[in-house]
Amino acid sequence: MKRPIIELENVQKYYGDYHALRGITTTIGEGEFFSLLGPSGCGKTTLLRTIAGFEDPSSGVLKIDGKDMDGVPANVRPTNMVFQSYAIFPHLTVEENVGFGLRRDPRSAADKARAVQEHLEMVGLKGYGKRAAHALSGGQRQRVALARALILKPKVLLLDEPLSALDKKMREQMQVELIRLQRQVGITFILVTHDQEEALVMSDRIAVMFEGQIAQLDDPETLYRLPKSRQVADFIGTMNFLPAQVLSETPDGFEVEVAGLGRAALTARQAPGRPTGDVAVGFRPETLTILYEGQQAADRESPGIVEEVVYYGDMTYYDVKLDGVAAPVRLSMRNVFGRPVLDRGTRTRVAWAPGALVLFR
Amino acid sequence: MTAARWFKMYALGYLVFLYAPILLLPIFAFNDGTIIAFPLQGFTTKWFSQMFGNATLALAVKNSLIIAVSSAVLATCLGVFAARAATRYTFPGKGGIIGLIMLPLVLPEIIVAVSLLGVLLGLGVSLGIWTVILGHVLICTPYAIAILNSAFQSLDRSLEEAAYDLGESRLSTFRLIILPLVAPGIVSSLLISFTISLDEFIIAFFLAGTEPTLPVYIFSQFRFPQAVPAIMALGTILVLLSIMLLAIAEYFRRRGIAKSGGKDTGGFL
Ligand SMILES: Nc1ncnc2c1ncn2[C@@H]1O[C@H](COP(=O)(O)OP(=O)(O)OP(=O)(O)O)[C@@H](O)[C@H]1O
Ligand SMILES: [Mg+2]
Repeated sequence: MKRPIIELENVQKYYGDYHALRGITTTIGEGEFFSLLGPSGCGKTTLLRTIAGFEDPSSGVLKIDGKDMDGVPANVRPTNMVFQSYAIFPHLTVEENVGFGLRRDPRSAADKARAVQEHLEMVGLKGYGKRAAHALSGGQRQRVALARALILKPKVLLLDEPLSALDKKMREQMQVELIRLQRQVGITFILVTHDQEEALVMSDRIAVMFEGQIAQLDDPETLYRLPKSRQVADFIGTMNFLPAQVLSETPDGFEVEVAGLGRAALTARQAPGRPTGDVAVGFRPETLTILYEGQQAADRESPGIVEEVVYYGDMTYYDVKLDGVAAPVRLSMRNVFGRPVLDRGTRTRVAWAPGALVLFR
Repeated sequence: MTAARWFKMYALGYLVFLYAPILLLPIFAFNDGTIIAFPLQGFTTKWFSQMFGNATLALAVKNSLIIAVSSAVLATCLGVFAARAATRYTFPGKGGIIGLIMLPLVLPEIIVAVSLLGVLLGLGVSLGIWTVILGHVLICTPYAIAILNSAFQSLDRSLEEAAYDLGESRLSTFRLIILPLVAPGIVSSLLISFTISLDEFIIAFFLAGTEPTLPVYIFSQFRFPQAVPAIMALGTILVLLSIMLLAIAEYFRRRGIAKSGGKDTGGFL
């Protein structure tokens, strides 16, 4: 593990009677790209603002770079924030905005001007220094906000839904730029988002939050492949669920009977919640494959009937009703040249692998 | 078609009713006669020289200016504090307190004047310029708050937080970010308060003691027909000053909007 830069220990936050943060305990490493992901109102912003120093935790310990932050106001913390609205000072120029934090810096005016130019260049705004800040586009404001925060060389950069105000194309471009920027400056980024795709694309680790608690903290791949609860699985991507029963528990796994799929042996890793009795089995759409005439499953296969076809151009989504199951499961197929898209009502066989299943309570 | 014509005529009639009496001011200010009636008697500027030579009038103007400037500055300062508190902080009884501060807006001035007079006399305070300022601050503050509230409300809270986050103190944040952004509101508040105070009659009449203010002086002069043309001359100058003031206010308002990139909605001109 990298050196911890932020340590949270049972941090609680009450707004009056409302319990916004319900015991957050976690450690964020130096140079990490860390995301807080969760639905609206789960407390992501509250946690970010607590780290920034805009909110005082009701109880618990917050340390930044080993120092307890109790009683340390936001203006002296080694963190800087990129606000959702960007909060660009509208009465100042781009340069004045970027250099705002250097007002109290003892360096000479020429050195400061050089730093401003460097940071404008870093965010791709070279030559924009003299512009009025209010005349910028959304993407440019975003860059000014980044440069303005980074010029102070914070240990941690906090970003509250920085991309949510941009259109899809700009957002995807900024995602890549943010990753590049984070690697370049090498400091910890903590990103708040409710967009699971954004979190998966950008983060080293993601904390999924529900109702003031961290439900799961993992790297993107683990989070996607082995969600610890149905709630997390539902929030990240699409997951199919089928009712199942645990037949026996062995030292290295489970034997389960899954409706529509039949018996399967799962490893302990595939059941992060250690469920027993009546359970559900989950799997991602891309782990199922339609078998065409003459094709054989590499592992297991189950028969079913195509109920719905959703054609996306590069992909086709099929809702397939497996024999013996009432609700259809969704699976996705990449469209390959020469392979026909199936019609509704076609009888088909679906290939699957026990290793892709996840067991939930 | 006909409806549109009726509307046009209505608008025209309204404007005539509004401005024709004001247009009479300069006409009679330059009319060589003490009777305010047509036909005109010939051109003269003697009313202006008479007006400028009038020591009581000069004193009244001086008093009124002192009162208006002081009231405007004080009311605007109080307005800034109140608007800031109303838009940023929550405290018990906030709605009631703000409501009570705004009440003089609809309270008959005569009531404010009489009750203030009673209290001041009861306290043994001698009447004069300062008592008028006190009364004017009371009636100007609600206007100042109303104007400044909207200025403070349109301020994005994260601007303040951003400045604080970038290392500024609460005070320097206020000076560097908040003040420049609400400056147009402050200018508006100063001008409106100044105007309200300058032509306020009832409170000045009750609380000025022996000190004349401009409206009180003008009122007293209407008893003497020979003084009326000079009042017309004075009125002419006041109208010109008002137009200038309005133009200045509008200039600052537009410049403020242009500087912060807002969209121009409303305004005077
Ligand atoms: N200043 C406050 N006073 C009272 N309640 C608050 C305050 N700030 C936030 N809350 C409440 O705390 C909860 C968490 O808010 P928070 O802003 O952290 O959510 P979020 O996860 O950032 O949601 P979103 O995605 O909508 O921004 C919400 O229910 C909100 O109503
Ligand atoms: Mg939020």
